[in-house]
Amino acid sequence: MKRLWRSGEPFIWLTGGALATALIMVVGLLAIIVVNAAGFFWPAEVLRLTLKDGSVLTGSVAARERIPGAHDVWRLKMNVANRDLYGADFVWVDEASVTRRQRPADVAVIERSEWGRLIGTLTAVKDGDTVVAAGDAAWPELERRLPGVAALRAEIRSLEKGAIGSINDEQETIRLALRRLETRGTTRGPDVDGLRARLAGLQARYAAEEARLAGLRATQTASVVVTADGSKAKDLPLAQILDVSFPNTMGPLTKVARYAGGVWDFVTDAPREANTEGGVSPAIFGTVMMVVIMSILVTPLGVLAAFYLREYARQGALVSAVRIAVNNLAGVPSIVFGVFGVAFFIYGVGGVIDRLFFAEALPTPTFGTGGILWASLTLALLTIPVVIVATEEGLAAIPGGTREASLALGATKLETTVKVVLPAVMPSILTGLILAMARAAGEVAPLMITGVVKLAPSLPIDGVWPFVHLERKFMHLGFHIYDVGFQSPNVDAARPMVFATTLLLLAIVVLLNLFAIATRNRLRRKYAMSAV
Amino acid sequence: MAVTLNPHATTASIMETPMVEIERLSLWYGAKQALKNVSMAVPKHRVTAYIGPSGCGKSTLLRCLNRMNDLVDGVRIEGAIRVGGADIYEPTLDVTELRKRVGMVFQKSNPFPKSIFENVAYGPRILGVRSRTDLEGMVERSLRAAALWDEVSDRLHDSALGLSGGQQQRLCIARAIAVEPDVLLMDEPCSALDPIATARIEELMLKLKNSFTIIIVTHNMQQAARVSDYTGFLLLGELVEFGVTRQLFTNPRDTRTEDYITGRFG
Repeated sequence: MKRLWRSGEPFIWLTGGALATALIMVVGLLAIIVVNAAGFFWPAEVLRLTLKDGSVLTGSVAARERIPGAHDVWRLKMNVANRDLYGADFVWVDEASVTRRQRPADVAVIERSEWGRLIGTLTAVKDGDTVVAAGDAAWPELERRLPGVAALRAEIRSLEKGAIGSINDEQETIRLALRRLETRGTTRGPDVDGLRARLAGLQARYAAEEARLAGLRATQTASVVVTADGSKAKDLPLAQILDVSFPNTMGPLTKVARYAGGVWDFVTDAPREANTEGGVSPAIFGTVMMVVIMSILVTPLGVLAAFYLREYARQGALVSAVRIAVNNLAGVPSIVFGVFGVAFFIYGVGGVIDRLFFAEALPTPTFGTGGILWASLTLALLTIPVVIVATEEGLAAIPGGTREASLALGATKLETTVKVVLPAVMPSILTGLILAMARAAGEVAPLMITGVVKLAPSLPIDGVWPFVHLERKFMHLGFHIYDVGFQSPNVDAARPMVFATTLLLLAIVVLLNLFAIATRNRLRRKYAMSAV
Repeated sequence: MAVTLNPHATTASIMETPMVEIERLSLWYGAKQALKNVSMAVPKHRVTAYIGPSGCGKSTLLRCLNRMNDLVDGVRIEGAIRVGGADIYEPTLDVTELRKRVGMVFQKSNPFPKSIFENVAYGPRILGVRSRTDLEGMVERSLRAAALWDEVSDRLHDSALGLSGGQQQRLCIARAIAVEPDVLLMDEPCSALDPIATARIEELMLKLKNSFTIIIVTHNMQQAARVSDYTGFLLLGELVEFGVTRQLFTNPRDTRTEDYITGRFG
């Protein structure tokens, strides 16, 4: 026994076991996320179950589980959709009560812009009150009309966002200009009249565009009649239809293509239905933009602070105290940083900016409310200890002889710092930045009170001058997970979305890190530095 | 060579053109005195060695000559040092200018984490040389002078940290002479090297003394005897004896010198 212990073998097993435990936990977590997220986009088969009491259920099987307390009795969780018809998307069915299972080829799954999915059989296509096609002719007629429907929807959307949106923006600008004149005591005169005239012109244009919009909407008269279980008929306007599919007739290739399309839509579309449907593109955009702004803010600040601490400050009790304080700052709960961000950045700095530069918009705050700039600043504050510590460690690892060599060649301290020390410490700075980005991308609590919202009407970057709107609120994947998972009105339907969003957030963090790691490795190779 | 030595040895004067003159130099680290009233004249285009036991102040003396001691907190200096006739502790003097004239090679080779080319070009760049062709000429000349060109000419843009210890030290010499200083200070340049690399550096010193005044601090008495023309022996911050190397080693005037070189202490 003693010999075994002295051989060191048990210790190796202990260390290996610890690593294996850690790996198993991480891999398990990833597996749960991947398994749950991956199935989300797969077009599931639609079953038609006939029960003992004669009723019929059509839908896809979402889960199968043993009934608690009973022996070998199973039940199915059916996703029957049609929330507007049945009141709920999911129904539990005892397997024992199922008398017949069918896979009808004619069942259509319809993605629509309201009420979630619709599952049923197409019975007729109508235009107004006239039936255009019925029975088997309904689907070809619908298929023929769908591209036109999509085009019309795109046109309406571009009219709302484009022409009408820009008229609104202009009106707001003029209204603020009038307000500015008013606060200076000018309520009449050529300036005011000019602005009022422009405002009137805009209002006329607005009315015209509204009329055009109403005209377009009036052409959306066609609808499709879908028969669901229990002979319930739904008259669905074509304008609401996003996509129609027949999962039971799809070949494997079609399914793969639809799967890829589903992933693509998820990444590129805006959310619908209180975030439980559609995509997450604004949240991806917000997350990445916030991390980038945070990096731009935190890197110079942290690096300069570390340089002062290590290169210029006289090493002593005070510097040691500062160093300990900085290290401890990394342990402060992030919500505390959030509260500080609200109090200092938003109400303090933002309030002052509003009073000085956006007084005409008050009491509506511009910078005095949560926004992407304040959220990024708060996170920069949160991650600055990471950057300082990593940079300081890198600086400490540079041999003193390197600095002496530069000074002995007649370089000044500044030249030495910029031309020798900074390049040598670059890999460490990037290490710090990687850690900071990973931390910032996954942080949610401080963002909830400094500028993240459930649904942002517009992105922080768009075509309206000055193009980058740092005062705007934004969406964030981390908050999206919380919102969809816990604040959603339809938790069951939204659950796969939570996993998919989580997977996406992980993928983005990994991508950002890979980019930084690749840069760092290139620098290291260039200088053949040891890992500092 | 006409040499007259002061019988008291501590104020040696040598009848050659002096490059560096040290006059009654005393130095304190806080309350501790590290150099006591050292005076000597280091002749131009010769190799001068400082020997002595650890802590005798020989490195301190060397680092006074390019004012590297300025970087240490709590240093106080009395006396005067003139390089090429100009007082280097004059308050208006620009230290960086001095260091361009008095180059230094350190005990531990300390190449920058940059390419071989950038290491040698660093000094000229600091001096304001911008033209690529000028820099290339300077780098090649310095590397040739440091007997390193043949070994690295095909990988100038590789990292300097990939070189062997001896090559790194010769690179540091090339870097120091790239700015064409008058004086080259070498602080135990071979203490971390194997005998073959040491032999190459010693060979190099003999070649370089035609263009530079070299002052070397060494622990190795054989090395001092092999490469230097003049030797100073320091003990506890005092310059015990300074004179022509052969004479100091074969016929020391001071019994303490004799004790040291015969290995009775140190």
